[in-house]
Amino acid sequence: MENIQQYFVEIFGAEWGAMLFSLASNMTFIFAIVIPLLLGVAYLTFAERKIIAYMQIRVGPNRVTFFGIPWLRGWGQPIADAVKAIMKEIVIPTGANKLLFVLAPVLTIMPALAAWAVIPFSPELVLADINAGLLYILAMTSMGIYGIIIAGWASNSKYAFLGAMRSAAQVVSYELAMGFALVCVLMMSQSLNLGDIVNGQQGSSFLNWYLIPLFPMFLVYLISGVAETNRAPFDVAEGESEIVAGFHVDYSGMAFTVFFLAEYSNMILVATLTSIMFLGGWLPPVDMAPFTLIPGIVWLLLKIAFILFFFLWFRATFPRYRYDQIMRLGWKIFIPITLVWIVLLGSIMQLPESIRNTFPLNIWF
Amino acid sequence: MDRIRKFFSTFLLFELLKGMAVTGRYLFKPKITVHFPEEKTPQSPRFRGLHALRRYPNGEERCIACKLCEAVCPAMAITIDSEQRADGTRRTTRYDIDLSKCIFCGFCEESCPVDSIVETRILEYHGEKRGDLIYTKEMLLAIGDRYEEQIAKDREADARYR
Repeated sequence: MENIQQYFVEIFGAEWGAMLFSLASNMTFIFAIVIPLLLGVAYLTFAERKIIAYMQIRVGPNRVTFFGIPWLRGWGQPIADAVKAIMKEIVIPTGANKLLFVLAPVLTIMPALAAWAVIPFSPELVLADINAGLLYILAMTSMGIYGIIIAGWASNSKYAFLGAMRSAAQVVSYELAMGFALVCVLMMSQSLNLGDIVNGQQGSSFLNWYLIPLFPMFLVYLISGVAETNRAPFDVAEGESEIVAGFHVDYSGMAFTVFFLAEYSNMILVATLTSIMFLGGWLPPVDMAPFTLIPGIVWLLLKIAFILFFFLWFRATFPRYRYDQIMRLGWKIFIPITLVWIVLLGSIMQLPESIRNTFPLNIWF
Repeated sequence: MDRIRKFFSTFLLFELLKGMAVTGRYLFKPKITVHFPEEKTPQSPRFRGLHALRRYPNGEERCIACKLCEAVCPAMAITIDSEQRADGTRRTTRYDIDLSKCIFCGFCEESCPVDSIVETRILEYHGEKRGDLIYTKEMLLAIGDRYEEQIAKDREADARYR
């Protein structure tokens, strides 16, 4: 690393060299995050189709392969889908607002990818180790809704508009519950930095993860995360049986694919955040020899895969919520629960040490 | 008491977990999909697929241009022209089936007095450009010649029910 920096300084001079080096290293890091992420998205669609198919006693995609290798059958499917989507024409409807119509997919995927900047993959591996990481994540995940609203509005179609309105109201209401659930996490960790949050869960085993003391918050966060990413059973924004495909009904080809990429990378993001906040991020489940030998990033990826499996499992199991039920769940159940928990947690934290130590199950500290 | 039980079963997500257990079990069940090109589902001898025109064993075409099939066809997919042949028999000069109109009801086969127009077991055929699915007399006779063995066997198997 220092050699490369030296090389840059030699070529471009001290001032420009250092600047260009930081630019180049950051760009490398960004690509090292985004390219595996997009591949992950591609194979998440494959995993989704396979898992849901298996749960419906089907076999799912099993034809497309690489170079005719028989045991890779099906694994070429996401690549084939991507190639097909790239080849297709992007139709811009008459009466659509052309600028906004093209801008909307970009606005959707941009925050979905930008939020990854603060995700710590292991103690050292983080692109931007900022102190307000959690706040940045909340800001970025809320940004995604602009893309959806603009897409729905720019399409100049009732279905798209309805989908956008539904999606906006839903995301706004679940953002609150999600934020409150995260408030509990940051009360426990006393930090907004995601790396510090993971370090706060360090201990002898998984009993130290925030999953245990904050289990209701974990559920609230996970369910709000499903709602936030507009996934089944909260996918009224798409609602293919009611409003054909919701906000992206008028999109075709790559523009449509970009919405899909955004949805799936948001899914991976929520899964990552869940594993960082509640499942101890890169920490192994038991701090002992065979587990600690595996690098932290592998543990993180395993936890992400686990949560993502739940996302797919939910989709295969539950029917879509009715719209008023979604609103009821968000406003009348989740927000009261989270508020009660914040107060409860805060009062336990304020108790004097001597009283707290008499608790039979002292998991909060 | 009932309300309390309901409250707890709702808040502990009991029903949801039960539902997930069902789908989780199905994840490991053996899959029932038939892998189509490699495996095929069994077909009945009465299967109604692509049409064919048959011939008598001596090579004479069966069709006598009675036009019953043309009359009975509910989709009006059959077009027949006929005239007298040199030996004095009535024969078709044109026998077209528009397979993009055909609904595979089997009425043509049922109405045919000489078992000439039949529906075979073939289902995997396609057209690549407009007009490819309009089958002419020559094409239908060719199909009949090619699959005569199978067609005859199917008629034989079904004969006692007709």
